[in-house]
Amino acid sequence: MGDGDRVKKTIRFVLNGEKRAVDVAPQETLLETLRERLGVKSPKCGCDRGDCGTCTVMIDGRSVRSCLVLGVEVDGAVVTTLEGIMENGELSPLQQAFLDRNSFQCGFCAPGMIMSATELLARNEKPTREEVQEGLAGNLCRCTGYSPIIDAVLETAGVVSKGGSDERS
Amino acid sequence: MSGHKFIGKSVVRVDGKAKLTGAAAFVDDLEFGPGLLHAVIIESPHAYAKIKKIDFAKALGVEGVVKVVTGKEFPYRFGLYMHDRYVFAQDHVRFVGEQVAAVIARTPAVAKEAARLVKVEYEVLKPVLDVETALEEDARLIHPELGNYHHVPWFFPKKDTNIAHLRKVRKGDAEQGFREADHVFDDTYMVPRYAHCSIETHGAIGLFDHSRRLTVWAASQSPHTQRHLFAEALAPLGLKHKDVRVIAPSVGGGFGGKAGVSMEILAAALATTVQGSPVKVHWTREQEFYNTYQRQGVVAKMRVGVKNDGTITALEQKLYWDAGAYVEYGANVVNAAGLSASGPYRIPNVHIDSVCVYTNLPPGGPYRGFGYSEFLFGLESHFNEVAKKLGIDPVEFRRKNAICTGDVLNYGGKMNPSGLLECIDKVAREIDWGKRRVSDDPRKAIGKGFALFWKAPAMPPNASSTAFLKFNEDGSLNILVSAMEIGQGFLTVMAQIAAEVLSVPPEKIRVETPDTDRNPYEWQTVASHITWGTGNAVKKAAIDAREQIFDIVSSALGQPRESLYLDDEQVRSRSDAGFGLPLRDFVINGIMMKDGTFRGGPIIGRGMFMPEFASALSDPETSQGGKPNVHYTVGASAIEIEVDRETGRITIPKVVLGVDCGKVLNPDLLKGQVTGGMVQGLATVLYEDMRFDGKGRLLNPNFTDYKIPTALDTPEEIVSIFVEHEQPDGPFGARGVGEHTMIPAAPIIANAIEDALGIRIRSMPITAEKIALAIRDS
Repeated sequence: MGDGDRVKKTIRFVLNGEKRAVDVAPQETLLETLRERLGVKSPKCGCDRGDCGTCTVMIDGRSVRSCLVLGVEVDGAVVTTLEGIMENGELSPLQQAFLDRNSFQCGFCAPGMIMSATELLARNEKPTREEVQEGLAGNLCRCTGYSPIIDAVLETAGVVSKGGSDERS
Repeated sequence: MSGHKFIGKSVVRVDGKAKLTGAAAFVDDLEFGPGLLHAVIIESPHAYAKIKKIDFAKALGVEGVVKVVTGKEFPYRFGLYMHDRYVFAQDHVRFVGEQVAAVIARTPAVAKEAARLVKVEYEVLKPVLDVETALEEDARLIHPELGNYHHVPWFFPKKDTNIAHLRKVRKGDAEQGFREADHVFDDTYMVPRYAHCSIETHGAIGLFDHSRRLTVWAASQSPHTQRHLFAEALAPLGLKHKDVRVIAPSVGGGFGGKAGVSMEILAAALATTVQGSPVKVHWTREQEFYNTYQRQGVVAKMRVGVKNDGTITALEQKLYWDAGAYVEYGANVVNAAGLSASGPYRIPNVHIDSVCVYTNLPPGGPYRGFGYSEFLFGLESHFNEVAKKLGIDPVEFRRKNAICTGDVLNYGGKMNPSGLLECIDKVAREIDWGKRRVSDDPRKAIGKGFALFWKAPAMPPNASSTAFLKFNEDGSLNILVSAMEIGQGFLTVMAQIAAEVLSVPPEKIRVETPDTDRNPYEWQTVASHITWGTGNAVKKAAIDAREQIFDIVSSALGQPRESLYLDDEQVRSRSDAGFGLPLRDFVINGIMMKDGTFRGGPIIGRGMFMPEFASALSDPETSQGGKPNVHYTVGASAIEIEVDRETGRITIPKVVLGVDCGKVLNPDLLKGQVTGGMVQGLATVLYEDMRFDGKGRLLNPNFTDYKIPTALDTPEEIVSIFVEHEQPDGPFGARGVGEHTMIPAAPIIANAIEDALGIRIRSMPITAEKIALAIRDS
């Protein structure tokens, strides 16, 4: 956040259910706004060019890579990060499935992965395995090999049983 | 061994909620307030050059710039196993991307802008970019001072050459072994360089405060080793180890890349130049590719002597490692691979030269598998070819020659308990070995591949682990260790071990990542040794606490000590069925006597483990005489693939991995290692490799051009098989396993392609393009 600080613009948006107003520089990314100005740290920076998906958040219910969106663009929007999907301080069913199935290891990709999967399930209640794979293909994970993540999403959708795996014929 | 309450159970991860809610803080998430400074590094654009002049006057003039630092400030060599590198380049740069100077500024943007104004004049030298050139008679020396470098006693650098280390293994009489053979088969295999690709890049923040105390927060696999290297490298500034502190928050993937000291030294060193202010160095994805450690490339020339019945009589392996510009860590990869380059086979006559070669490419270093993936690609491919030429089934060939418990290892020691044969049989059965499937689609060829694997921890012989264990008022406890949770589930397994000894459920045990000031010593989280080493230390700490508990209860309450045992968070007695004293009643406050005085007090356990039987000293000409490896974990793996004959594209219906890592402490976590490791390994053979141009510049330092797997690239089915021949000196019988699961991936693919198409591909990666071209040319 350099020179642009001199020409900041005030944006107003809803962040995780709360109305926020913040001054942002014109060139700063939403990821920077969230992390550096607002202290919302769950979106991570893994590549800063939209390749890895670890900065995924939702704008008006659609997942975006917050390193590819400018902070000024969310003026008037509803932004949701991982911090906003807990339900009364409890894990969402998807988070619980991630916990039950070890669908994370180092945990760095987990916030972005859960955001993408949350959007996926909101748009497609009963996805197939292939649809889950397609839906999560923009979120990189180097630890798990993805299978436990895919299974957690399918379990949350009720496509596979708790602890079970999808049978392929 | 049955009757365990927590060991062998798929206990839920103790770090799960933190990681799934965003509560887990990674190094970039830590806040340092408005005083935080940011450093941007000026890097060499040349693979080899002499630095003539650095002019940073203009950069210093920019508002917000605090300092410009060059190699002049830190003229000291350092390194893990060999002191061959500097904080910043001195008179020469030796790879593209090497750090030459740093601009420290109030904001990242100002630092970046000012860095562009630093002018460095170079005299460009012709770089040495491959091992063949580096080994030529009149090759340009990359380290003319090599003969003077300080190094561990088990390295053998060749001065006035580019050979930084040569590990020779001579077992039996190879010449005699080849004479006894009915056939001798030669071949050469090549493996390129690879990147770890942790999703979190490296980052470190250093603070040298006004009391001259240096604290470094780092994404780290090696907090204590980093503290030691910082103290050692910066000793001329008068720093003692007690003044240096490393704090390691959650780390976003390691795979070896965050072991040792790479860019972290910059934060430590730069902090000393701006006393009183924290300074942050954070690698971009691009820097993550070219200036941390890379997995080294290797050219493997091998020769195998066999009898007509398939018995291997002799093996010669010549491994030429492209170790890069600095080998302070990578030379030990070369060393470890050399000691074990026979693979898990019973071979009476072995001749191995593992050669660590300096080149003007980025520094090589540790990567999950530590050299074993690299040499096993060639060896396991070659053994398949040998079996085929002899008309012997490749699984039968392996079974016949597989190493067994008690067999003599390459350096003379005895093989530890090993269920390799059982792994071979179970894996072969699971993949339906011997049954050929034919696709309905004429474009698709189906094939199966098989390979064995092994690996030992590569550690100094005295690599140690320690643990403190503290009880709390409610009978819950905190365990302090300094090994790192890098995703594998280490914290959970440590909780399970203490839980088993103390009969306290894992959910009442907190284990977190370390601060070297508070947590006791650990060498490093590498080598797949911490379940074993740190696990032993935690078990000892728990036993120490238990013994204190029994002492207090027997002396204060007169219960016979030998009758006491722990059950369900209580002390109970075999001789007094009615006795049950909850731990929470006394583990902090002690036991009240009739007169109102107390006995006992807070229970604190300590545990230490060092493998006192290991030794790295051996005959440099043969490697005979020492005991460099504490144990080998072995296994077998098989795959079924479908190859599209037109595009070369491979799909994987099924892959199987069977491993004997002794007692399985947490089956779900182990399964996670198999699935994740296998996919990472498959990526090295199917998609990834580092590409350099003729000037030593990395062409693909990003995820667009260096493709790691996505959710679309998972095999349809990954089957894990666990065989449990317990390790006598492991906690509850466990051995290491973290790295092993990616090791067989490359040869099973190469062998399956050969099975499907009759084409042998001898260089990695084996991309769809390479297969399609090979089909066209066949």
